[in-house]
Amino acid sequence: MKPINRRSNAPVFWGLFGAGGMLAALFGPVLVFITGIAVPLVLILPADAMSWPRMQAFAQHWAGKGLLFVVVALFMWHAMHRILHSLHDLGVHAGTALKFACYGLALLVTMTAAWILVAVGF
Amino acid sequence: MAETSGNGKVIRVEVLRYRPEQDEEPFLQGYDVPFTDDMSVLQGLQYIKDWLDGTLSFRWSCRMAICGSCGMMIDGEPRLACKTFLRDFPAGTVRVEALAHFPIERDLVIRMDDFLAKLERIKPYIIPKEERTLAQGEYLQTPAQLDVYEQFSSCINCLLCYAACPQYGLNPDFVGPGIMALLHRYNADSRDGAAVERMEIAGSEAGVFNCTAVGYCSEVCPKHVDPANAVNQNKTRAAGDYFLRLVRPKGGAK
Repeated sequence: MKPINRRSNAPVFWGLFGAGGMLAALFGPVLVFITGIAVPLVLILPADAMSWPRMQAFAQHWAGKGLLFVVVALFMWHAMHRILHSLHDLGVHAGTALKFACYGLALLVTMTAAWILVAVGF
Repeated sequence: MAETSGNGKVIRVEVLRYRPEQDEEPFLQGYDVPFTDDMSVLQGLQYIKDWLDGTLSFRWSCRMAICGSCGMMIDGEPRLACKTFLRDFPAGTVRVEALAHFPIERDLVIRMDDFLAKLERIKPYIIPKEERTLAQGEYLQTPAQLDVYEQFSSCINCLLCYAACPQYGLNPDFVGPGIMALLHRYNADSRDGAAVERMEIAGSEAGVFNCTAVGYCSEVCPKHVDPANAVNQNKTRAAGDYFLRLVRPKGGAK
């Protein structure tokens, strides 16, 4: 048995994973319904619900920005953590490289989302 | 043993054999065991040892699911041999193997050194928050305080949860479900004051974050302990400790 005293840094990623999971459970299904079913098929919602001017206005409002940011970023952290651990179950064990790839991609998406949300203006 | 062969029922018991001094690797050996409906798998093994093959080795003691000695893989599931009955295998055959994820010492006997070393490390005993002299009397506890940890104190160290845990199978450095249940049993005890010390293990790289919430550990526990719950509660607590140490004035941080 190896010494087991080194504090794990997992809480950072586990926290992001947990937050993303909570958010995915609350918003994921309804987002799939709105963006994938209701709007394209014009069910319940009006045809222009996700039109360019509406979505631009949404992304320019501070509350819309915040919502878009946490949904994109936290969903991503959740997904990459889950993929990393599922790979482990399948026998692909997380070395430093794989961790960097998974969490790095999540970080990249987070920063890209932030950059785009700032770029669309207020 | 006339009384056990009375009703003419016979079951084929396939046993994983391994005698390190003569076997290259483990292999299955079959025995035809006459049985009655009240016979456990353990009694079946005892019949084999007494009447068919005296060289078979397995651990047992109490025969009543409290000593935790006879954990083995029965038809691929981690179970206590004394709590599993031969009548429940209507196909007329049952496979008995050493507990998964542990090195085999001999036949159905596994080496539990790893578990025992981990058990010692978590200090599985109450370290009083405040020492009381005899004159001050006993350490009192309310029924509500007892409820918080009582189920976790039912652990009998049978290791079925370790054989069930895919993460322990992949990485034996993981402290594992049973140890986390016991660690939680003492940390959650109102009389105990050593939680900070034990949380160093729960929050370490060998600790709770190795768990991926499969939950099979709690399913196989013969004493209805819920190790998965102990792990989950301590994930939250270890994450809290991790972030709070950054804002605590002094101490705590490591």
